[in-house]
Amino acid sequence: MNGKDYTKMWEGLGLNVENHAGLLSVLSGAYKDIYLSQKNRPRAMEYFDFVVSEVHGLRIEEIIDVKEAGRKVVGTFCVYVPEEIVLAADGVCIGLCAGAEVGSEEAEKFIPRNTCALIKGFMGFKLSGLCPYVETTDLIVGETTCDGKKKAYESLNEITQKVYVMEIPNMKTDEDKKLWLSEVKKFGDKIEALSGKKLTVDALKKGASIVNEKRKALQRLSRLRASDPAPISGLDALLVNQVSFYDDPLRFTAMTNKLCDELSERVAEGTGVADKGAPRILISGSPMAIPNWKLHAIIEGSGAVAVGEESCIGERNHRDLLDENFNSVDEAMEKIATRYLGIDCACFTPNTERLGNIKGLVKSLSADGIIHYSLQFCTPYMMEAYKVEKAVTEVPFMRIETDYSMEDFGQLKTRVEAFVEMLG
Amino acid sequence: MSRCSDKIGRVKSLGIDIGSRFIKAVLLEGKEVIDIRQVETSFDPLERCKRLLEEAAADSVVATGYGRHLLEVHTDIKTITEIKAFAKGARAMFPLCRTIIDVGGQDIKVISLDESGKVKKFEMNDKCAAGTGKFVEIMARALGYSIEDFGLAPLKIGPELQISSMCTVFAESEVISLIARGAEREDIALALHRSVTNRVLSMARRVPVEEDVVFAGGCARNGLLKKLLEAGLGKKVSVAERPEITGALGAALYPITG
Repeated sequence: MNGKDYTKMWEGLGLNVENHAGLLSVLSGAYKDIYLSQKNRPRAMEYFDFVVSEVHGLRIEEIIDVKEAGRKVVGTFCVYVPEEIVLAADGVCIGLCAGAEVGSEEAEKFIPRNTCALIKGFMGFKLSGLCPYVETTDLIVGETTCDGKKKAYESLNEITQKVYVMEIPNMKTDEDKKLWLSEVKKFGDKIEALSGKKLTVDALKKGASIVNEKRKALQRLSRLRASDPAPISGLDALLVNQVSFYDDPLRFTAMTNKLCDELSERVAEGTGVADKGAPRILISGSPMAIPNWKLHAIIEGSGAVAVGEESCIGERNHRDLLDENFNSVDEAMEKIATRYLGIDCACFTPNTERLGNIKGLVKSLSADGIIHYSLQFCTPYMMEAYKVEKAVTEVPFMRIETDYSMEDFGQLKTRVEAFVEMLG
Repeated sequence: MSRCSDKIGRVKSLGIDIGSRFIKAVLLEGKEVIDIRQVETSFDPLERCKRLLEEAAADSVVATGYGRHLLEVHTDIKTITEIKAFAKGARAMFPLCRTIIDVGGQDIKVISLDESGKVKKFEMNDKCAAGTGKFVEIMARALGYSIEDFGLAPLKIGPELQISSMCTVFAESEVISLIARGAEREDIALALHRSVTNRVLSMARRVPVEEDVVFAGGCARNGLLKKLLEAGLGKKVSVAERPEITGALGAALYPITG
C-alpha cells in the first residue's frame, strides 16, 4: 500500500466500505503468506506486488480519471470478448472480480447453491458491494459459454441494467462461424454506440497492436518457464497472467517484458526458484481468477513447480495472436472473429484441438505430470478431464475438482504431495 | 543426537501415522518390529506424538497421515504422504502387493503399484466423509453395535435393503426410517456395508486393480467388508494381522529402504 486513504472513493462507488476493508485485510494477509514468503523471487515482481497492493486503490483511481475524460469502461468475464474492439474505441477493458468466495449468501438469492465458484464469485462480489471495478463499468459483457453463466447474466442484468451478452456458438461449423462473425460485428456496433466513436481501420490496428504486444509478452513469459530450473514460480507467473486482465495494457506489457529480461538472465546463468530437476507440473482446466492461488500454493508447497496453465487465465488467453494484416473494418472483424473462435474452451463440441494443445505444452514445457483442475459444477471442464486423461498418456495425470473454500485443503495437499512423490 | 554409535546395524527407526481417529506408531530395530503403539488422536495430537517420540528414543523418525504436518511444523521430522507410506508398508507385509485399499477415518484410498512397488496411480475421495471409516463408525453406533462386532452382525443374507445415500447425515436418517419400518437390524447392517463397498468399488474402477490386493487400515478388521470387496472385485483380498499399522510401518521403513 502507498498509505493513501481511498475510503471516500469507495464510498462514492457505493461499496460496502466496512466489509471491503475486511476483504482487503484478508487479501493482504493471504498475499503475505503465499507470495511474499517465497524465496528467490525475481526483482521485477516488485511491480506486480505493488499492483496487487493497489488492486482496489490506485488502479480504480486511474479508471475513474479515464472515465472523467470521457472514455468508457467495459467489464468482462471471458477471453472471448475482443479487447481490441474496446481499445479501438479508446475504451478500457477490465476482467471483473470473480476469484474469491465472497457474498455467497447474497448470491444464493439469485442462483443455486450448487453453482460454480466463479459464477457465485462475480454475483457475490457485485451483490455485497465489494468489487469497485464492476461499479466503474459502463457496460458489462457476458457471453454464452456455459449454462451457469448464461443464466447468471440474466440476474446480473436485473441488478445492474448494463449487461450485454455475446452469443458464442457451441460448435465451429461454417454456420457457427457466420453467427460468431455477426456477433463480433454487433459488438463493434454496441461499442461504437456506447463510446460515440467510429471504429476505423487505424483505430482497430492500434487496438490490435496493443493487445498483440501484451500477448507476446505473456507468450515470452510462458516460454521462459520451460527452462529447468524454472526461473519463476508458478505462483508468480499465475499472478502476472491474472494482473493482465485489469492492468493498463501498455504499462503491463512493458513491466512483463522487464520481468522477462530478468528471467532471461536467470536462464542464461542457470539459476531459478527451485532445484534443477524439481518435478514440473502443468495445470490444465478451469480458469483461476485473482485471488485464487490455492492449487499453485499447494503444488509449490509440496516441492514441485507449476510450469504452465492450460487455462483461460494462461495459455488460452495469449496463445494465438490476431492477424493485424487487414485493410478494412470488415476485414478486421473477420480476422478478429477467426482469432477468437480458435480458442479451445471446453464449452465447444467437439473440442479435440484442446487435447493436441495440451500434448504440445507437456512437450514444450517439459512437464513431468498434469494436474487437471476443474471448479466444482464447471461441467464442461469436469467432463473433458476424462478425455484429457485418456488422450495425454505421456506423463502421469491427476484430476482435481475443488472450489475456493479451504475446507478440502488438507485432502488436496495429501493428494498433490503423493502425486509429486510419484513423479520424484 | 545419534544413539546408534554402539550398536551399528541395530538402528532404531520410528514410523508414526497421525490419522484422524488414531495415532499409530511402529518402532523398528533394523527391519524388525520391536514395538507397536496405538492411541486416540484426541484434541491434542501433538502432545501424544511427543510422548510416543520420547518413549521410542529412535534414531530416525518419519511421520505420515493426515496430521503429519503438525510434526513438520513443530519439529524437523521428515514426512511422507500416507499414499507412499501405505505402499511401503503393504509391500513389507505382502511382497507381491499391487493394489491397496484403505478405508481410513476420513478418506478412502485405492492405490495401484507397479511391479517394483512404486505408486503408479491412486484415487482418493474429496472432502466429504461418505463411505469412510467415520461413516462406518457412526452407522455402527446408530444400530447399537460396537465397531468390533459391526462386521460380524449379518450372519444370514436376508432380503436386500438399499441404503441409497452415501452422505453420512442422510444415510443415518435412512437407517432411522428403516428401523421405523421394522427392518431387521442385521439386514440394515448388511446394506450399510454394501454401500461402503460400492463407494470403494467405484473408486477402484478408476485405477488398474491387479493382484495381490491388500485391504489395509483399521477397517480391514471388518470381515464383512473384506468379503464384500472380494465379491465385488472378483479377486482375493489379503488382510494383515495388524492392518491398522500399515502406514506407520511404511513410514518406519522409509529411512531404511528409501
